[in-house]
Amino acid sequence: MTHREVIQGQAVDKADGFTNVPERDTGMALGLRTGIFLTVAVVTAALISFVWTPYDAKAIDISSKLLAPSSMHLFGTDHFGRDILSMIMVGARNSLVVAFVAVGIGAGIGVPLGLLAAARKGLASELVMRTNDLIFAFPSLLMAVMITAVYGPGAINAIIAIGIFNIPVFARVTRGAGLSLWTREYILAARVAGKGPFLISVQHILPNLRGLLIVQAAIQFALGVVAEAGLSYVGLGVQPPMPSWGRMLSEAQTMIGFAPWMAIFPGVAIMILVFGFGLIGDGLNDHLDPRTRRER
Amino acid sequence: MVLLEINDLNVSIDRTPILNSVSLKLEAGEILGLAGESGSGKTMTAFAIAGLLPGRAEMSGQIVFDGTRLSNASESELCRIRGQDIGIVFQEPMTALNPVMTIGDQVAETVRIHRGVSRREAWQLAQATLDKVGLPSTLFPMDRFPHNLSGGQRQRVAIAIAIVLKPKLLIADEPTTALDVTTQAEILSLFRQLVCDEGIALILVTHDLAVVAETANRVVVMKEGTIVDQGSIADVFQASQKPYVKTLIRNAVHIPTRTSKKIGNIPVLETRNIVREYFGARKLFGRGRVLRAVDGVSVQIYPNENVGLVGESGCGKSTLLRTILGLDRAQAGDVRVFGQKFPPDRHEDMRQLRRRIQVVFQDPFGTFDPRWRVDQIIAENFHLFDLPPTGADARRRVDEILDRVGMQSSDAKRYPHEFSGGQRQRIAIARALITEPSVVALDEAVSALDVSIRAQILDLLADLSDRLGMSYLFVTHDLSVARSITDRVLVMKDGRIVEQGRTEDVFANPSHPYTVRLLGAVPDLDRALSKHPAATQKS
Repeated sequence: MTHREVIQGQAVDKADGFTNVPERDTGMALGLRTGIFLTVAVVTAALISFVWTPYDAKAIDISSKLLAPSSMHLFGTDHFGRDILSMIMVGARNSLVVAFVAVGIGAGIGVPLGLLAAARKGLASELVMRTNDLIFAFPSLLMAVMITAVYGPGAINAIIAIGIFNIPVFARVTRGAGLSLWTREYILAARVAGKGPFLISVQHILPNLRGLLIVQAAIQFALGVVAEAGLSYVGLGVQPPMPSWGRMLSEAQTMIGFAPWMAIFPGVAIMILVFGFGLIGDGLNDHLDPRTRRER
Repeated sequence: MVLLEINDLNVSIDRTPILNSVSLKLEAGEILGLAGESGSGKTMTAFAIAGLLPGRAEMSGQIVFDGTRLSNASESELCRIRGQDIGIVFQEPMTALNPVMTIGDQVAETVRIHRGVSRREAWQLAQATLDKVGLPSTLFPMDRFPHNLSGGQRQRVAIAIAIVLKPKLLIADEPTTALDVTTQAEILSLFRQLVCDEGIALILVTHDLAVVAETANRVVVMKEGTIVDQGSIADVFQASQKPYVKTLIRNAVHIPTRTSKKIGNIPVLETRNIVREYFGARKLFGRGRVLRAVDGVSVQIYPNENVGLVGESGCGKSTLLRTILGLDRAQAGDVRVFGQKFPPDRHEDMRQLRRRIQVVFQDPFGTFDPRWRVDQIIAENFHLFDLPPTGADARRRVDEILDRVGMQSSDAKRYPHEFSGGQRQRIAIARALITEPSVVALDEAVSALDVSIRAQILDLLADLSDRLGMSYLFVTHDLSVARSITDRVLVMKDGRIVEQGRTEDVFANPSHPYTVRLLGAVPDLDRALSKHPAATQKS
């Protein structure tokens, strides 16, 4: 059911895109704008949840359990009588923070490693890239299970697991694009100006990779949201009573026959955030690419 | 017989006029040179004839080819004419050939498309044609791929494809610009021979007036989409009344005026027996063949001296330059700057020595970080100072150097893409000069520029060396540049210096056979004109 909503959502977007604006390249900018709108909506909900939610997201009220959506409970209630809208708003916080910090860890460690691997060919590069391959070959879920087996489940460990998984992604992107930049003549010119690999990486390579890395970050953000939901779904993410989208889905699954709203709304929330970041990543890719930008 | 007639051809792209009432005629069996600087519309004219204008282009006027009006022919008709009656050769042979098809298949393909003959017949015709362009199948089997061939051989394959159907007209767009001079001479003589033997008419599009003068019967000079002058080679090159043509010819043979200076006798830069090797393509087991790019080269450059390092592509001159600049390390031998080893053993001495030797590359745009402003680009070399100037002091120095190379101080805040090619080269020179170097290496620094810009840059370089007292190392394949501005010239071949001496001596009396061959291959405007019948004086 969630799935059908998704498709309908997309169909509506596209229809709008084609009826309102006939030209194709503004249509791409429309994707970017839609992405920003969806993301800002979720972020706003998360921010509001700090000061106000319709009900206490953690308050159990068995007397009003499994209520269908109504004017009292817009998104209905779950099997403990908790308000689903409130839980989603608080859960958004959690999804955003986990994804954000995990991308931060991935970029913060991966980008310097990638720059190093691009600047120094030979042993250092091989060492960095083969270690990356090793991490890459390891399923993130397995890594999370391992980490939680040692340190116990929790948001922090979910962040670390997803963050570690992001490192090779950023390292690879940075190295790949960095290597081609290193063959440019302005790098030669910088070397003639006496600059070493460190200064060149910081002053020439990194700024020229900026667009690419922003796009990659947006994509990893979307993946991070899904990964967090996945870890929470199997109980390795944020622990109760703190609400989390992934756990809401797992709790809903036994009741999906008679209380479908318990699954639909967290599912749609995940969908919106992932779709939003996906559109931003895609839109920025076009926007920052000089080839597509020039045609505009 | 008039083969091609263009009447009042106008072309515009996105409402920007590209060609302005272009009219010309071409006789069968004639070579017409279409000359002009970049942006003059010479390539567009050629493309218009072949019906290869971009889809957005709007065209008016008449093109009549062999009795057919091409200007309103349908695309399918044009497809039949292209290849069949009009053959085309482009500048870059590697990109014009399909890398995964054998050369025989590529030539035969054209035959099969247009003639619908059997595979075998097409193959035989292809073989005969490749033979004709100087690739006999005994030496160059037809199952070779383009990457097995050299640049000149690839261009021969491209020519074979263009002429295999015995077209009436061959259009060659800068066919020799990407090639070495000796290869260029061979390809040009192949063109002359084809015109002579097969009666093909040739339109030779080129920026190089000497190439036109040596090859063509008639010339059309274009500027900004209009024809400035046309006529026989002698008429246009010797007796043209048009100021633009006169300037163009003057710029092509421009020799910057230089005050004679005392050349010092302690070398500022010296290399001793430099050896630089590369490993060739690796075999499955074991290492590949060792390629010795630079083989024991010793060079001295004295204060105030302009030295030319000339040679064809692959001779090792770029590798030598990289070693001199300290971008590559030599396997043997050493580079000395003011008698000190370079790169020095102690890291602290590095910046001080590096300041002394700077470089200007061929493509200035590529050597600028696209995200940096001009002032940042020039100030990058401040890194080499022990106490890099900052703030107002740095700005003043950048302004000074911009002024010195003929730019405005307001240009400092602009980005490289806002400038033309000549201006960019000035910025690159400013960057090299900001450290007050003793030696500036110029790696093909004027090769890619139009003749008028090239003349200006050569003047600028001569002027700067007069005022600042530096030595130049011109690394170039362009012997006319080397001749016009250097005191001493080194001829490099297969990693070795085969001849060196005072420039006028080497050019007047080359002693090494390679130098003789090289000089003979260089298109020379004066020599070419002396072969043409004297101009019929226009009143």
